Amino acid sequence: MSATIRIFGKRTTLGTLTAHLALLALVALWTAPTLGLFISSLRDKDQLINSGWWTALSTNQQAERGRLAAPDAFVEENGRFVARGNVLEPDSGKTITAFSDNFRDPGAHPAGQTADVKDGTLRIDGDGAYEYSTAEKPEGRRGDRVFFEVEVPPRFTLENYAEVLAAEGVGQSFINTFTVAIPATFIPILVAAFASYAFSWMQFPGRRYLFIVVVALLVVPLQMSLIPLLRLYNDVGDAMGVGAKTYLGIWLAHTGFGLPMAIYLLRNYIGTLPRDIIEVARIDGATHFEIFTRIVLPLSIPALASFAIFQFLWVWNDLLVALVFLGKTDNQIVLTSKLRELLGSRGDNWEILTASAFVSIAVPLAVFFSLQRFFVRGLLAGSVKGG
Amino acid sequence: MSGRQEKAGHRRGGTEARMIAQIFNALIAVVIAVGGCVLYFAGTNWLLDRFLRPEAGKAGHRKTKRRTQVRPWLFLGPALLFLAIYLVYPVIDTFRLSFYGPTGEALVGLANYIWASRDADFLLAVRNNILWLIFVPAASTGFGLAIAALADRLWWGTIAKSLIFMPMAISFVGASVIWKFVYDFRGPDTEQIGALNALVMAFGLEPQAWITIPFWNNFFLMIILVWIQTGFAMVILSAALRGVPGDTIESAHLDGANELQIFFRIMVPQIAGTIMVVWTTITFIVLKVFDIVLAMTNGQWDTEVLANLMFDWMFRGGGDFGRGSTIAMVIMFAVMPVMVWNIRNFRAEENLR
Repeated sequence: MSATIRIFGKRTTLGTLTAHLALLALVALWTAPTLGLFISSLRDKDQLINSGWWTALSTNQQAERGRLAAPDAFVEENGRFVARGNVLEPDSGKTITAFSDNFRDPGAHPAGQTADVKDGTLRIDGDGAYEYSTAEKPEGRRGDRVFFEVEVPPRFTLENYAEVLAAEGVGQSFINTFTVAIPATFIPILVAAFASYAFSWMQFPGRRYLFIVVVALLVVPLQMSLIPLLRLYNDVGDAMGVGAKTYLGIWLAHTGFGLPMAIYLLRNYIGTLPRDIIEVARIDGATHFEIFTRIVLPLSIPALASFAIFQFLWVWNDLLVALVFLGKTDNQIVLTSKLRELLGSRGDNWEILTASAFVSIAVPLAVFFSLQRFFVRGLLAGSVKGG
Repeated sequence: MSGRQEKAGHRRGGTEARMIAQIFNALIAVVIAVGGCVLYFAGTNWLLDRFLRPEAGKAGHRKTKRRTQVRPWLFLGPALLFLAIYLVYPVIDTFRLSFYGPTGEALVGLANYIWASRDADFLLAVRNNILWLIFVPAASTGFGLAIAALADRLWWGTIAKSLIFMPMAISFVGASVIWKFVYDFRGPDTEQIGALNALVMAFGLEPQAWITIPFWNNFFLMIILVWIQTGFAMVILSAALRGVPGDTIESAHLDGANELQIFFRIMVPQIAGTIMVVWTTITFIVLKVFDIVLAMTNGQWDTEVLANLMFDWMFRGGGDFGRGSTIAMVIMFAVMPVMVWNIRNFRAEENLR
């Protein structure tokens, strides 16, 4: 019915081939930006600003300039004044392809050839060694300028990372982000797990309506909370004399904002545990507290893990809450906030931006790839039912 | 020179010590926080059992009843307290503040809303938000559906899905840096290091400073969110597609339908509900979009959106809480239909249980 073709000796339909190509193109489109960032962060910073990351493996053409020997280094040889030396730094790995004494045309003379320049003759070899000879004794203090084209071999380095981690304060921000994220992940899980158990297995008046409130709060935009809480924090901070921006403050804020989702997800899970298990335990005289800690909590580990990953990624990647509830001093600024500042102040220093960005996304990516199963499960539970 | 180096070394040593101290503090905080929670739950339950101890007889029965009445509230207490302080109270207070002046002291009636309806920045933000609301959910859901459909029929589909899902883990700010690099612009005479301009020049066209071109720059920012959210749409829709009963597809095959017809006429209608959920969820995320605009343009070159404008007013010139609250209320109104829809879905589901 549909056309078949042969690829690598296998029969394929045209439709399947199109599917392969289309998906390949989409995957390339989706991964290339991140790949570009990662490769760039590992490149030498001069190469990074001179050529696109897709050329990272090829040799780079660059125009450079240097200075020949100063006049007092010239020695008389056969009636001419000659100086020898090297225009490249030792072990630079660069190769000169052409040179000139005119900055407009650095490619005028091929390397290794003796060329006539303004005051005499000049030869520069590929390795940078030169011989400059003039008819008259050169004067002045400094040597003549020379311009040349070099081929630079690709160079990969961790220097960019070393620089951002130490000098730019990204290392400190990394610690700060951890300081925010760990408690802000654990507290809501515990609080929500108890509440979810109550919503699932305990009888109390208004249970249904309270849970509807939780469902309603699921979609309350963060923006609705910011101004009143900012005022509240300022007042509390003044009253206690500790300032409004503290780690404790942001942990509690993240707990509050994460709770509706946590309760919703965990109740969906805890509520579907087999009724028999819980009823048998009740008949055996176990209290709710015992049932919760000994039966429900261990059985709910997958759901708890799903939510933990969600909350951790959310907190790690958050910018808005951190901007409002934490300061921008060195010992409080989180990675996202730092990255945003660097975008403003070091907007053209791509070696700094790429390395900093990769530092900030490394942990979420590691969490994501190692725990993807739980993440997907949480996503399915949270959105197919709720939204 | 060496003195300065030494000093720098000292400073670095000091920073390291401070970092270690901070990690240590964070760990202690985790222990205290988690310990505090455990202590609360265990402690209150223990107290309850101690003071309302089960006994025989009428009094004992009353105590048991009291105990079952109180215990749910011990379990719920902390959660309700957090929800009340961090969500319920702020919603009410933001609503109240939207009728007050900059410092929240003078009642100004509807003045903030009237200001908003005439303010050029606000209207621009509304227009841009509408653009975002149309483009991002449509593109994310469309791409997500296409990728899910393609990946499910190819042997390397799982790897492909994993790679396309990956941006979900990246922060909006991180994604902004990634894409700012893609959009990077240099003059036409120099070599481009931004992928987009390199591509444009390869086709012999002029490179552009993409994020500064009014109107179209909005779309360059939206692409970032589409890039992030497509993975989400893909995962949900892929699960839904796998739930489509095989016999309906089988019988369509027998009736001579081709792959495309089967996809659009048989499979898509069956997952329409899920598509709707995905669309709505992304709509909700789009309404609050903030980080991307702040990091890429901070609203310059006509890219302002409501959430960024709200943040701006919160701190601009010491902060205008009235106007900030008003903008927050506008976002809230826009979210309302999603909230109502959610609650109705929930009640329908509960009645089925």
